[in-house]
Amino acid sequence: MGKWTIMKAAFAGLAFYGAMASASYAADTVGLITKTETNPFFVKMREGAQAKAKELGVTLITAAGKFDGDNDGQVAAIENLISAGAKGFAIVPSDSKAIVPTIKKARDAGLKVIVLDTPLDPMDAADATFATDNRKAGMLIGQWAAKTLGDKAADAKIVFLDLATNQPTVDFLRDQGFMQGFGIDVKDPNKYGDEDDKRICDHEISQGDQEKGRTAMENALQKCPDVNVVYTINEPAAAGAWEALKAVGKDDGSVMIVSIDGGCPGVKNVEAGVIGATSQQYPLKMAAMALDAIVSGKIPDIDPKMGFLDTGAQLITAKPAEGVTSISVEEGLKLCWG
Amino acid sequence: MSGTPVLQARALNKRYGRVVALDNADFDLMPGEILAVIGDNGAGKSTLVKALCGAVIPDSGTIELNGKVVHFRSPIEARLAGIETVYQNLALSPALSIADNMFLGRELRKPGFVGQWLRRLDRSAMQRIARDKLTELGLMTIQNINQSVETLSGGQRQGVAVARAAAFGSRVVIMDEPTAALGVKESRRVLELMLDVKRRGLPIVLISHNMPHVFEVADRIHIHRLGRRLAVIDPKQYTMSDAVAFMTGAKVPPEAALAA
Amino acid sequence: MSDDTAGSATAERGLQGATEALASFDESDAGVIRRVQAFLHQFPTSIPFIVLLLGVVIFSIAAPSKFFAPFNFSLVLQQVTIIAVLGVAQTLIILTAGIDLSVGAIMILCSVVMGRTAVVYGVPVLIAFPLGLLCGTACGVINGLIVTMLRLPPFIVTLGTWSIFGALNVWYSQSETIRQQDMEASAPFLQWTGTIFKPYDFFSKTLGLDWMFLKGWVLTYGSLVMLILAFIIWYVLNRTALGRHIYATGDDPDAARLAGINTNRTLIAVYGLAGFICAIAAWVLIGRIGGVSPQAGQTANLDSITAVVIGGTSLFGGRGSIVGTLIGALIVGVFRNGLALSGLELLWQDFAVGVLIIVAVTIDQWIRRISA
Repeated sequence: MGKWTIMKAAFAGLAFYGAMASASYAADTVGLITKTETNPFFVKMREGAQAKAKELGVTLITAAGKFDGDNDGQVAAIENLISAGAKGFAIVPSDSKAIVPTIKKARDAGLKVIVLDTPLDPMDAADATFATDNRKAGMLIGQWAAKTLGDKAADAKIVFLDLATNQPTVDFLRDQGFMQGFGIDVKDPNKYGDEDDKRICDHEISQGDQEKGRTAMENALQKCPDVNVVYTINEPAAAGAWEALKAVGKDDGSVMIVSIDGGCPGVKNVEAGVIGATSQQYPLKMAAMALDAIVSGKIPDIDPKMGFLDTGAQLITAKPAEGVTSISVEEGLKLCWG
Repeated sequence: MSGTPVLQARALNKRYGRVVALDNADFDLMPGEILAVIGDNGAGKSTLVKALCGAVIPDSGTIELNGKVVHFRSPIEARLAGIETVYQNLALSPALSIADNMFLGRELRKPGFVGQWLRRLDRSAMQRIARDKLTELGLMTIQNINQSVETLSGGQRQGVAVARAAAFGSRVVIMDEPTAALGVKESRRVLELMLDVKRRGLPIVLISHNMPHVFEVADRIHIHRLGRRLAVIDPKQYTMSDAVAFMTGAKVPPEAALAA
Repeated sequence: MSDDTAGSATAERGLQGATEALASFDESDAGVIRRVQAFLHQFPTSIPFIVLLLGVVIFSIAAPSKFFAPFNFSLVLQQVTIIAVLGVAQTLIILTAGIDLSVGAIMILCSVVMGRTAVVYGVPVLIAFPLGLLCGTACGVINGLIVTMLRLPPFIVTLGTWSIFGALNVWYSQSETIRQQDMEASAPFLQWTGTIFKPYDFFSKTLGLDWMFLKGWVLTYGSLVMLILAFIIWYVLNRTALGRHIYATGDDPDAARLAGINTNRTLIAVYGLAGFICAIAAWVLIGRIGGVSPQAGQTANLDSITAVVIGGTSLFGGRGSIVGTLIGALIVGVFRNGLALSGLELLWQDFAVGVLIIVAVTIDQWIRRISA
């Protein structure tokens, strides 16, 4: 497990020792640890961090888990950063509970730790958390969908393509946010599946994967042939759902797909009318702000009620709805990632 | 025995590090005979046989097949030259059928386009030939030529392996401990098989520890000791205890039997 | 000692009458269980076939209106196509007593090579597509060369190449998705496998046949590619020398070598062929999702092994079949689809698949014991 990461981290460590040996007054070192290497969200985050590191004149060491959920890989990466004498690091935790002791060790060693995207449990185990307010992101698309449907929202048939059976934080926050925005009684706001609203037709698991998204939508269509709203956990799942709808001739505008992320392919799909609206988040900004905070040692003010710094989410749609703030596809394309 | 040997080896040497497996070993197999090779464990008889069937390449020495020098680099080359070996583990694929096993590595293809371009096997021909070969050796009590080898008894498997060797061996058949894993009844059958093969004119090299079996079927006995041929004896003139005594060095064979 | 010879010879001669029946198959003590075992040994695909039928019956009762319909069966077929194609590749490898953990990674890499070369770099699809096939074959051959030349266990080799091909995927794809619309604009051929095909319409239009039983079926060309591919590989395995050599190599490599088979060449051919099939799977994947997603197919490795194992192919090599693998893939598809339509929670799908795997391996072990 995490062999790849460990090796990468080891190489990074070696490189750093090399730098130390040649110049003891070397620039500050900061780290960025993401969940995986491949997800475009993290790829973009890394790019943002690299640009910022260059601007600030610090050395950036990046590491990642081998797969989503790889805690061991991240632990090793943190240990390497501690022994490399890093000033601090930003991390997107794969396991928001299991990583806490290691983060405490790092902070005890004097490193600044900024958690990105996925808050720790407990959240205050880090110096600060910069993240998208996923519930708010969900609410935006929920509101937009309800407003756009108008009177028809009352008898909508909604299919949810969620992330995973165990409902990770981001999964229920987005799902429940959508429901709140759409005007559905969510019962327990930290769990989906307990609602009794007749408009909810089906929950399926897509794992955020395009192919599995298609399969999930195909099964959902068998259960809800008259579906007219599809909530998707992310844009690949939305693209998969679209393929399933197209195969049965429902690509005629009769079904509205909403999503969250704001990756460039996703925004282009909004432009093409595949996705009705998507909430865009800003990984580049997250990483850049984190590096600023670590290097300067100044943590921006955080609303204590929220517990984390919201890096913002904006609704992107080609058909703005009254009363829901949104930006155009053109603007979205300028800000998109991946 | 007269005439030129079918298979002859002179001054074979083979070392594994500091262990000398073959020390100027000679070997002669005459046409139409069953030659038994006996020797104590570690005497080098298995290395000798491996050199003859291509599984081991000797460091020096010559091997002649029908008077022509040959250099086998693999068992496949020896096989192409007409030397078939029945290995102790039989070299059969348990999950494949009897017919498949008999033609393993030398399958027949259908004639014409289908065989040439679609590489299609000629199954009916292979099954027919396999059945014929087994019948020739009196083994056709095996009902179904397409049943897998693993459903056969040990003796039946040995029968298939022998039939394969007899069917394809044009010069020599080498059999390595063919009765070692078999019961009394089955050993009996295999010995008869060997005599059948001999009657068809193929010489056999038999490697065995089983003295009664050796003395029953062998025409001559090659005694291997300390990496070389010690003597060749006629089983009609010596007893089993003599042979064991020569093999272990307890007794020195008479001048006449000593290897040249 | 000479008396001994005579004695044992006499004793053995006394047995001569009994030896005549030596080579006949002794069936007298075969009980019912033994006979079932023998039947399964001869027709190992019958178990997965029965399980598939059982699944269909159970879900037809549990979700009558939704499950038992040509359209839903068509969906299941479409949903399992990718795994079935990868399963065909995996079957070849497992028949040689190997395992290939890199099939999924090869597939994704090939889909990226095909798609990105054509769409992003604007290379004609006539070149990009064969390039993808070549890439798959090369990946497979690399696996095969390492397995044979360095004599490493396939598990370790493909564990390594899984990582390597995955890294190449990230490098070449830049983790960038290619959208369906962009693909459609510049390389629609790559999406061909996703094209819908209605057998009823086809036969009524071309041959004027009114085959009612075909009504409602909606296939994709991808499913046809899968069936044709499966037929070709079935032919290779059962009707050519290479096929026999593959079985023999997996069954007992030493025996195969002694029987004159070049096992190394056989293995390299198998891994290369498997790589090529993974590239075909990539084509089917592009058709299914319309574009290229470098993050897709994370579970494809294990899913393909699951299909092969449930289909009755032995992980110990030498026995199994392509038909079994297709049925195995269908079983997984039917259970997942059926459980989803019955409204059961998703975790029970995983639970059911796990049970199926263990049952399949248990039965395989039992069948193998027939020779004992």
